[in-house]
Amino acid sequence: MSLSKTILTSKNLTVGYKNKEVLKELDLNLRKGELTCLLGPNGSGKSTLIRSLAGIQKPLAGEVQIHDKSITEINAKEMAKTLSLVLTDRIAPGNLTVYALVSLGRFPYTSWMGALNDSDKALIQWAMEVTGSLQFADRHIGELSDGERQKVMIARALVQDTEIIVLDEPTAHLDSPNRIEIFHLLQDLTKKTGKTILISTHEIDIAIESCDNMWLVMPDKKVALGLPEELILSGSLEKAFGSEALTFDYLKGKFSKNLEGHDFIIEVIGEPVLVKWTKNAINRIQQHIKSDCQVEVLGTPKDPTWKVSGTDKKFNSLTLLISYLKTT
Amino acid sequence: MLLDLGLGSVRIPIADVAKILVGGAVNNEAWQAIVLKIRLPRTITAVLVGAALSVGGLQMQTLFRNPLAGPSVLGITAGASLGVAAVMLAAGSATTAFTIRSLGIGGSWLIVIAASIGAALVLLAILAISYRIRDNVVMLIVGIMVANITIAIVSIWQFFSNPEQMQEYILWTFGSLGGVTTSQLQVLGLIVSLGVLMTFALSKTLNALLLGEDYAQSMGLNIRKSRFAIIGVTSILAGAITGFCGPIGFVGIAVPHLTRSFLNTSDHRILIPSCVLVGAILMLVCDIISQVPGSNTVLPVNAITAMIGSPIVIWIIVKRRNLKASF
Repeated sequence: MSLSKTILTSKNLTVGYKNKEVLKELDLNLRKGELTCLLGPNGSGKSTLIRSLAGIQKPLAGEVQIHDKSITEINAKEMAKTLSLVLTDRIAPGNLTVYALVSLGRFPYTSWMGALNDSDKALIQWAMEVTGSLQFADRHIGELSDGERQKVMIARALVQDTEIIVLDEPTAHLDSPNRIEIFHLLQDLTKKTGKTILISTHEIDIAIESCDNMWLVMPDKKVALGLPEELILSGSLEKAFGSEALTFDYLKGKFSKNLEGHDFIIEVIGEPVLVKWTKNAINRIQQHIKSDCQVEVLGTPKDPTWKVSGTDKKFNSLTLLISYLKTT
Repeated sequence: MLLDLGLGSVRIPIADVAKILVGGAVNNEAWQAIVLKIRLPRTITAVLVGAALSVGGLQMQTLFRNPLAGPSVLGITAGASLGVAAVMLAAGSATTAFTIRSLGIGGSWLIVIAASIGAALVLLAILAISYRIRDNVVMLIVGIMVANITIAIVSIWQFFSNPEQMQEYILWTFGSLGGVTTSQLQVLGLIVSLGVLMTFALSKTLNALLLGEDYAQSMGLNIRKSRFAIIGVTSILAGAITGFCGPIGFVGIAVPHLTRSFLNTSDHRILIPSCVLVGAILMLVCDIISQVPGSNTVLPVNAITAMIGSPIVIWIIVKRRNLKASF
């Protein structure tokens, strides 16, 4: 099977500001119908790259092409029909209704007064339906929660009816259920509508979990491309985010603190859910533990008891177990 | 409007005012002259001032995405005064707007152009600074400083002029709706209607700017052109009014908020006509108050607009707790 068609490419692209290169020599590509994550630490230049790809900011060198045409040759209106944006800044007019905001997405298509025809209205209806923002269509933007607002902004981008949608940190202000919901929504959109979506984020786990492709900002101001798994296995991810104090746990798939002198082994046996969370609690106090030991968890998650093997100590709460382990 | 026409140092019954307006004969010829030659122009001026400043303020609030933007606050009117002052300096005779008015139609256009250029210069300066600093409060302070600079230049010029002229200038700064003659009114009326129409034509652009410039640009809006158009129209509106009537404050900032809060919308296609209406009504009310009904005194209209406008702004801030959510 061949790879799907490439829509957007960049050639030897260097982005940044007057006397500061932020990211350099980038050869990127976005493939049709795929969800691509631009992953990088805070302040690594993700927004600058996104602004340059969207044509809002001029690159320092190189060029961005959409369908093999340089974006400098695409006029503003054509560009607006090809690529839409969802930005991080929360500055949105509080007094605009959700419906009015979403319909602003038709801007490149409507006449000079911005009147909507029936097909515009049908598209707005559809976009609000798929993003789940229909139920608050009449509310004002100022009254929405961050998660709801983000859905509305995605609906607006959908209404702009573009092949490519680029989102800059769409989940930055969201709590974790909302975050997952937004990512699922975007994943769904790529599958169902064939849209090409690029999301920038600094959240590693959710990016690993949901994206088809990853662009990873590296410490040398370059960007590594590949499947998330490829970037993990090649060690790029650890290089991008790791530090002396932080290493990537290749089995768990997440970063954890480097701990010194945790030579003692604590074994936990029992019901799997109980074992997982008991271990989690013990890991946190690892530096306090002075000897090997084994903990046995008895009972069910609803009614558990913890027993330290080789002693007669039994605890009916995790708090008590932890404080015991800390002091021995 | 009828009430405004009826009030003044000479008491004229409202029924008679209405009769004069529709062209009916009233047995007191003096009344007829007062209504048609003095009060009617003043009333129309009030309507034009209210409409122009409100629409100008609305555009600026949207362009800068700043709820506190308005012609007087950001020093646009100060810039316009500077423009007027510059014309007088260039003319070689350090006189005031009152003297220029006597130049007739040509002079009126001169004032309008000078005031608009002055206003546009200040606006461009503020825009340039706002580009570097994206903080509303900082921008506001910069606006006030720019206003101070222009006021300083105007006062240096004042220092070198004689006391009589200075008094005239000070009178001008109080704001006056009454000094506009019928022929000047035609110029003013033409400019304000054109300005409002142009703003209305920009309403789609203004709506897109509600989301901020980055979004607007991503939707295919040419930011540079739009900014230029908005600043141009605002300068002409604020400049013309300031040139003819003196710096009139608070209408430009209060009316857009008032309108938004009444209609609960940010759609400029609705806001622009509504601002015209609300601005005109507010200005008429201010004019009526400045006549001090039942007395022979006329108060400076600028004092009245500030007295009415400032509480409105405070009321809106308190009611909405934060202005950003309401706009």
